Amino acid sequence: MNPLAQIGRVVLHLLAETGRLAFFLKNALLIGLTPRWYPRQILIQMIRMGYNSLPVIGLTAFFTGGVLALQIYIGGTRFNAESLVASIVALGITRELGPVLAGLMVAGRVSAAIAAELGTMRVTEQIDALVTLSTNPYRYLVGPRIVAGVITLPLLVIIADIIGIMGGYIVGTRSLGFNAGAYLKNTVDFLEMQDITSGLIKAAVFGFIIALMGCYHGFNSRGGAQGVGRATTNAVVSASILILAANYVLTSLLFAD
Amino acid sequence: MSEKQTHAAPPPDDIHVELKGLRKAFGDKVVLDGIDLKVRRRSSLVVIGGSGTGKSVMLKCLIGLLEPDGGQVIIDGEDTTHLRGRARDRVMRKFGMLFQSAALFDSLPVWENVAFGLIQGRGMRRRQAREKAIETLAKVGLGPEVADLYPAELSGGMQKRVGLARAIAHQPDIILFDEPTTGLDPIMAAIIDELIVSTVRDVGATAISITHDMASVRRIADEVAMIYKGRIIWHGPVSEIDHSGNPYVDQFIHGRAEGPIKMDVSQK
Ligand SMILES: Nc1ncnc2c1ncn2[C@@H]1O[C@H](COP(=O)(O)OP(=O)(O)OP(=O)(O)O)[C@@H](O)[C@H]1O
Ligand SMILES: [Mg+2]
Repeated sequence: MNPLAQIGRVVLHLLAETGRLAFFLKNALLIGLTPRWYPRQILIQMIRMGYNSLPVIGLTAFFTGGVLALQIYIGGTRFNAESLVASIVALGITRELGPVLAGLMVAGRVSAAIAAELGTMRVTEQIDALVTLSTNPYRYLVGPRIVAGVITLPLLVIIADIIGIMGGYIVGTRSLGFNAGAYLKNTVDFLEMQDITSGLIKAAVFGFIIALMGCYHGFNSRGGAQGVGRATTNAVVSASILILAANYVLTSLLFAD
Repeated sequence: MSEKQTHAAPPPDDIHVELKGLRKAFGDKVVLDGIDLKVRRRSSLVVIGGSGTGKSVMLKCLIGLLEPDGGQVIIDGEDTTHLRGRARDRVMRKFGMLFQSAALFDSLPVWENVAFGLIQGRGMRRRQAREKAIETLAKVGLGPEVADLYPAELSGGMQKRVGLARAIAHQPDIILFDEPTTGLDPIMAAIIDELIVSTVRDVGATAISITHDMASVRRIADEVAMIYKGRIIWHGPVSEIDHSGNPYVDQFIHGRAEGPIKMDVSQK
């Protein structure tokens, strides 16, 4: 095989994919997010994404908060800075780990579920059937999922923040011997509003990415059950990578000043 | 059986749907190669042809699910080939379609499937739409007890009936049936055919159907068109189908393996 031809094929494939995604994004925004709206669909999607993700988010946040407290304590003792545990746990969770872990966990659950559902609808002609019933599939299927993602993820992250900090608190007071009142005071004193809001902005963007990738791969799936399976995997992988990339960009933008 | 002949004879020149030189290819595979077809108002046309000859693609171009590469689709005298947005919505409201795979929304109960075009497409209130859906289900012989079931809980024949109810609930002018009886037993197929004939007459619509089943053709067609290699090679009243003088039609309606039609059964 000619290696140049190989490279060429990969580049062409990449360009075609980017073009398809841009086209999809344009329709998702210009058609999906314009009236008429389907509030019922938004609500249904919010419940599916949010409520059903609560156990996963809660457990992840709790253990992460606990581990963070342990690690920072161990690191802190080397510099006699154990007292920083409470504030660093709070900062780490709200600014970084809350949104990123919630984003990745929800990407695994929700992107996959959306891609599987819309992919099945595509290959069984349900999306064509929508069109024949005078319903635009971008408006009825894509728009509500994106809106639901953008609203639900920040809500989940607020919960992750609270449970994560609580996990740190429990480990800190039960096994590291911190005084409960002092731990709480340190948490509250050092935490600024901006730490929380920046995390929530990230969460909204991640919610957008999760819904968009699920819808995009589902919409473009071809070729029966196998195609739907492929779409599901691609949705999770691309959503996770985009979340991590967006996290870097957002962090450098949000904390530039 | 012979009730369909009571269709009010439409004036012969009242053309409801016309395809002119329709072309569609996927990549370098040409599927439609200049389809010319006229369908009179309130008549029932059945399109026959071998598997993979592009019958479904033709219907999808006609209704606007696929955009043809060339040629025209003319509905009620209006060229609708490349319509988009609101103009497309307006034309889409004239149509109802029963899909080859039924394509019911499996996340919605039966009644919401049937009422979908009324609720989402027309903005009818849910309570009122539900009543209308149950009424329509009765027309296709399904009782109100199926209204709250989900499509996965129904047999194939019931799914086709629900698909039929969904296609007619909003009283379309033009109804498309893509293989309405494929995969059903002969009795259920006859029942569905009867339903098609009676419901189409009921709403006074023009019907365009696809089928492989010659018994169905004789039950539902006023006219028959045969598609072969991307073109219409014969079109005439159903009464002439047995003496069309066209060897392709003869081979197809008698289901002979030998004849001018060569099926491509070679493995790639
Ligand atoms: N979206 C598509 N992309 C690529 N090729 C397609 C697409 N849709 C249809 N085709 C091809 O077009 C040809 C005609 O397909 P079509 O579904 O119209 O056949 P048909 O006449 O309805 O057959 P059947 O009686 O089996 O339903 C097939 O070879 C099919 O592979
Ligand atoms: Mg077909």
